[in-house]
Amino acid sequence: MGYSKPKFKEKYGNFINGKFVDPISGEYFDNTSPIDNSLIAKYARSQKEDVDSAVAAANAAKDAWGNTSVTERAALLNKVADIIEANLEEFALVETCDNGKPIRETLNADIPLAVDHWRYFAAVIRAEEGSATELDANTLSMNIKEPLGVIGQIIPWNFPLLMLSWKLPPALAAGNCVVLKPAEQTPSTATLLMEKIADVFPPGVVNIIHGFGPEAGKPLASHSGVDKVAFTGETTTGQLIMQYASKNLNPVTMELGGKSPNIFFNSVMDEDDAFLDKAIEGAVLFAFNQGEVCTCPSRLLVQEDIYDAFLEKVIARTEAAVQADPYDVNTMVGAQASNDQYEKILSYIKIGKEEGAKVLTGGEACKLDGDLANGFYIQPTILEGHNKMRVFQEEIFGPVLSVCKFKDEAEALEIANDTLYGLGAGVWTRDAHQLYQIPRAIKAGRVWVNCYHAYPAHAPFGGYKKSGFGRENHLMMMNHYRQNKNMLISYDKNELGFF
Amino acid sequence: MVHERVAITGKAIKVLDELKEKHGNLIFHQSGGCCDGSAPMVFEEGDMYLDDSDILLGQLEGVNYYMNQDQFEYWKHTHLTIDVTEGRGSSFSLEIPLSVRFIIQSRLLTDEENVFFNEQ
Repeated sequence: MGYSKPKFKEKYGNFINGKFVDPISGEYFDNTSPIDNSLIAKYARSQKEDVDSAVAAANAAKDAWGNTSVTERAALLNKVADIIEANLEEFALVETCDNGKPIRETLNADIPLAVDHWRYFAAVIRAEEGSATELDANTLSMNIKEPLGVIGQIIPWNFPLLMLSWKLPPALAAGNCVVLKPAEQTPSTATLLMEKIADVFPPGVVNIIHGFGPEAGKPLASHSGVDKVAFTGETTTGQLIMQYASKNLNPVTMELGGKSPNIFFNSVMDEDDAFLDKAIEGAVLFAFNQGEVCTCPSRLLVQEDIYDAFLEKVIARTEAAVQADPYDVNTMVGAQASNDQYEKILSYIKIGKEEGAKVLTGGEACKLDGDLANGFYIQPTILEGHNKMRVFQEEIFGPVLSVCKFKDEAEALEIANDTLYGLGAGVWTRDAHQLYQIPRAIKAGRVWVNCYHAYPAHAPFGGYKKSGFGRENHLMMMNHYRQNKNMLISYDKNELGFF
Repeated sequence: MVHERVAITGKAIKVLDELKEKHGNLIFHQSGGCCDGSAPMVFEEGDMYLDDSDILLGQLEGVNYYMNQDQFEYWKHTHLTIDVTEGRGSSFSLEIPLSVRFIIQSRLLTDEENVFFNEQ
């Protein structure tokens, strides 16, 4: 069964104070689809003045919104979830068109997961309570959570609606108003969502600003009317956002990517069974979402005594992946999100080869026919080498797997931790001791054990080392969007006696 | 003989000149990490806080090119050429509104270059 490119309007403005408005300069930019490089629509090219207007709207709305009951906020979050779910196919199709990822992923992963994140935060705030402690017979300490106020959020292009749904619901559930800037490569599902939920929240509670990083992202990140900035992206922009936040003495949370090891111990091949099949697929997940995932398991570490046999199966499964029209439900690997990503990935494959890595499969662009010839496709590629090579150390953000072998647990850990980053990792084994001990020794915020690429709303996610700080998802996320009000109450009628 | 770690293509110089005219003095900083990471970014001089942990790789058309020293450890055996391609990054890099993106073309240092930079 196949789909085709959805219909769009000619142009879309920003969503500020409950309605769509033209950018103040009147300028728009062309947004194209990486599937065939065709025009999708024009989106607002915002400048500082547009950001000012959105931040002002959010500030005007924050007191009333912050005082709504959690019952009311939860009901509205659930309403958004219901609306996305009722239009799941439309959101999936628009996402595939904008990002290039296959429709089977958007239908079965991106959009259903986005729905669940809205529902999770709607549910979790109903069950949550503050605390009260009697410090002595006459003194009570009460902790009450209060919203920060206005949150600036800058999200990436690899999972546009899902990343929006990681960031917006907890901020709103906590009682904040938000100004969110989608990535300029993928503004479409955020816009579609605002069309569908325009009347759900009071005006000013949710605001969406489109445009380019230096023109719209920077004014948002540095705005004195914003109380906190949350960012997902790369390290240099992360540093800049922290600098700007330091001028406002604002808190920030950062998710900055990784170079995640996926480690397979020899016991994986003790049996030829369903678990072995699961493990092989777990290794091939490097190609999931065309490798454009912060936690892409892009370093495959395999124990030496099963190395050849295991790799043979991984290569066969990789070569069986269908790379074709992303609108076709049978397609497993789609287009890279933009031309510059495509060029960057090819330049990494080239330096990998120069550094002496051996191409085990792929290693080239993928040329598709017809209109797709204008799109940005790269063959899932496996490079064999060692951990000091650049293709083992840098986030390529493409379907490129770097593979090496290890002797024992100590060497596996040494290689796994020899990276600047610490976002994700995978450990695969049938050994009950390794199941616990190896993940504990890996310096990363999320270690998948006998699985990979699962992102449930109620499991916290975030990085160690240069992968950033703060956590997303889970109840603990809420505290990144709140103040703690401590009320220290005395029931003692007697004076201190000092004065 | 004096060697350089970095170079820039003619096409990239044209973009750089356009940006200098609009923004004044500039720097390049090599990013790492997610999404638009592993790409060179260009900013107004003074926008980004730099210190001893930023290695100066060289100067291109009067524009200093920096990289964090942790990252440099893995890059120091390669020569980098800044090129430009059509595309749309999503960082704060100043060329993005022009619908182009600076990218890196890498090659291994020659034996002679390697001795010059890394073994003296």
